[in-house]
Parts: sequence; structure tokens; C-alpha cells
Amino acid sequence: MTRKAYYARKIKKAAQLLFYKRHMKPGVKGWELKNALGSDYPKVLKVLDDHLEKLDMQVKTVFEGEEPKENPTLEELNKARFFITLRGGFPSKDAKMMGWRIDDIAGLATAISYIISKDGKAPREEVDELLRTKLPGWRVDMNLNRYIRAGYLAEDENNMLYLDWRTRAEVDQKELVDLLLGTGS
Amino acid sequence: MSTHEKKHSSERLQRVIELCKSVEDRGVDPFAVDVDDIIATLQKCFHEWESPEELALDAEAVQYLASVIQNQGDWVKRRSTSLYRDPFLLEEKIQSLNKEELATLFTKVWNPIIEMEQLSIPSLAEAIKYWNDLVPIDERWQKFDPMKVEAGATTREELVRLRILAEKTFFEELETFWAELKQKVGENEKILYWDFVGADTYSDTLDRAYMTSFLVTYGYATLELHPLEEEIFIIPFKEPRSGLPDKRMVSVPISVSHEEWIRWKEMKQV
Repeated sequence: MTRKAYYARKIKKAAQLLFYKRHMKPGVKGWELKNALGSDYPKVLKVLDDHLEKLDMQVKTVFEGEEPKENPTLEELNKARFFITLRGGFPSKDAKMMGWRIDDIAGLATAISYIISKDGKAPREEVDELLRTKLPGWRVDMNLNRYIRAGYLAEDENNMLYLDWRTRAEVDQKELVDLLLGTGS
Repeated sequence: MSTHEKKHSSERLQRVIELCKSVEDRGVDPFAVDVDDIIATLQKCFHEWESPEELALDAEAVQYLASVIQNQGDWVKRRSTSLYRDPFLLEEKIQSLNKEELATLFTKVWNPIIEMEQLSIPSLAEAIKYWNDLVPIDERWQKFDPMKVEAGATTREELVRLRILAEKTFFEELETFWAELKQKVGENEKILYWDFVGADTYSDTLDRAYMTSFLVTYGYATLELHPLEEEIFIIPFKEPRSGLPDKRMVSVPISVSHEEWIRWKEMKQV
């Protein structure tokens, strides 16, 4: 088999693994990719990422813990989770096609931004109170539970809210803070 | 020190613990805690404590104070990162924007995961085949008249042959199984669950998984879980342990499906 054919086969396999949801949580763990594609899977993902760029998609890596890593080791990659996400955001009117109302997105933006402003954790009652200024009261609890179920937020036994895995995978937090601070100035 | 003074100091320590806890649990500003003042209080009281309860309270206060100091360290670390912005300014901005503005802004930095949950043509074909091959429910649920047999006597050997009675008592078998586990583990501390439980036939594998569950339940061995790697190890104890009062008992469901057994066999052959 030529080198080109070898990689073409692996890229196809990687795309199938990443696009199709196989577990409760979307995405594939690094060690699963290693088992399926071999130890050079980071190289395969890089080529797949280049292909996806033309479609405004990307292979996103979410490492264990909070911080993204610039030069991850293979061990860190094996423990990380890989997803395919959009690459450059999208117009808010398109959100409807994805089953999200403006209210839901505004609520999510508010909750995530507020938690970021509070160093990554905030009491649920404070987030609840803030959301009531943006959404109808009856939607607030329902929406917060929806964000928790989807993996955007996590709640502990002390009713503290944290940012969860989906926020780390889908939201550019630094850019969000910069955009927020850049508004109205 | 009088009893009254001791009670007063003890209450003060309780308040210190509560304050430190609120930093951990309620996100209170860690710098709201005056660490120097608390350390001075702890030093002052320490010589007066005598009973184990008083010393335990002191140790608890020190432990919570340490977590506050760690929180202060994290706070400083976070402030030095590029993500840090003034929280009040950020909060004010969130307050000032309306729903539409927030949604528009958010969708610029939001890249939702793309995932597919659809049936493929081969899986649809498989489903149709299954449905077509399925025997109608009235045929599947046909009632059979029970066969009448005459009652008679039997022997223990006969019951053993029919696998109704075991040759050994259950605990004898468990002990033998435990010895086998220890022997397989050898010098290593542990063995992979499937490497111990897996056998040449699926039926034997199920028997071994069943016995292993009793080894763990009755304190002959324990499990070590590595959820990230999805690996489970069995660690035999040198002596059976009757109870672990300091640890919480948990149930660990382990799937021993036919597919997993096949996969294990294939991996073993490789």
C-alpha cells in the first residue's frame, strides 16, 4: 500500500470515528483513536483538520483539566477528547436551524460569561438571578437544567455552577471575554 | 484555662472553620480571610488544648486554612493569565446587553460540536432482516404442557453430575479461586480484570466473572478502576478483609458481554 493510500484510509476511518456519536458523550478519546488508527493518529488528525477547514469545520482537542496545552505530550493527547466542531462561529439567525432559540443562546452566553467573571464558579442562585433579567422567569430554571444536561455547565452538591466539558470544547472563552469588554466602548 | 475560656476558644475555632469553608464552598473572596490573624489565634490556643477532640478541631482549622491559602494562590495565578478581566466590568457588560446582542456576540465564539446520530443503510437492512425473521408473537409465546414425570430418589453423585450440587462447598471453591488469583498475579501487585476472568469459552468466562464478584464482595480482593483508560485491575489481598469501615462501599457494574469476550480473545491472539 502506498503512503498516500495508507493515510487516505486512516483519514476516512478518523472522520467516521469523530462524526458518528458512539458513546453518551460525543467525541472520541485519544487512546481510542490510537487503538483504531495507530500511534501516528495526531498526524492523521492534522491532515483531517486541513480537509475540514474547507468546510469551516475543525478537529477540536479538549484536554483534561481547564487549560488548553500548546505542546501536548502523546500521553496528554491519549487522555484528551477529540471532537469535530465548527471553525469560525456562525450567524445567530442560523441557530434556529440547530434547535436553539435566541433566548436559549442569550441565557447560555449570560451564564457562561458570568461564571468566567467569577473565576470559573458561581452560586446557582446568582446565575439564576442574573438570568431573570434576560429571560422570562419560567424559562430560567428549565434553561439552566438544559445547559447542565448538555454538558455546558456542571453543578456540585453546594449548588455551585462550573463550566463543563462542552463549554471547553465549543466556546472560545478568551474571545468571548474580549468581545464582551469590547462592546459599547 | 477555665472551662468557659476553653469553650470560647473552641467556638472561635468553629467560626474560623466556617469562614474557611465558605471560601471553598460558596466562592467567597479568599483574601477576605485574615490568615495571619487566624494563625496567631491558632498558636495562642494550641498550648491550651488537651483532649483529642480539641486537638482534632485545631487540626481541622489548620487544614481548612491551608485550603484558603491554596485558593489565594490560585486566585493570584488566575489574575496573571490572559483570561483574567475585571469581574465587575464584565458583569456590568453582561447586564447592559440585551438578548439579541448577547446571542449575536456568543455565536461568534461558539463552535458547536458536529455529531451524527443517523442510521446507515447497512444497519437499516439488518433491522429489516431481523424484523422479517422474527417469529410472530403468538408463536413465540406458545404454551407447552409440562411433561409429567414420576417422582423418584436420587444420589448426591447424580446431583453433582447434573451440576445441581457442587463437588466442593462454595467457600472452598472461592478459596481455590483466590489462590489461583494470587498465583496469577505473582510478583505483580495486580492483574487486568479480563486477563484473569477471560477463559477459552464464554460460559467459563461468565463462571469466572461470577466467582470474581464474590472474591471482591467477601474481601478476598479489591478492584482498581482507571476510568480514563477504561481499565479494571484486580488486586488480591494477602488475607481476607472482613470490612473496610473507613471506606465507602460502592458497587461496580462490569459488563461481561459476548462481544467483549470475543474482542478480548482477538486481542489475546494478537
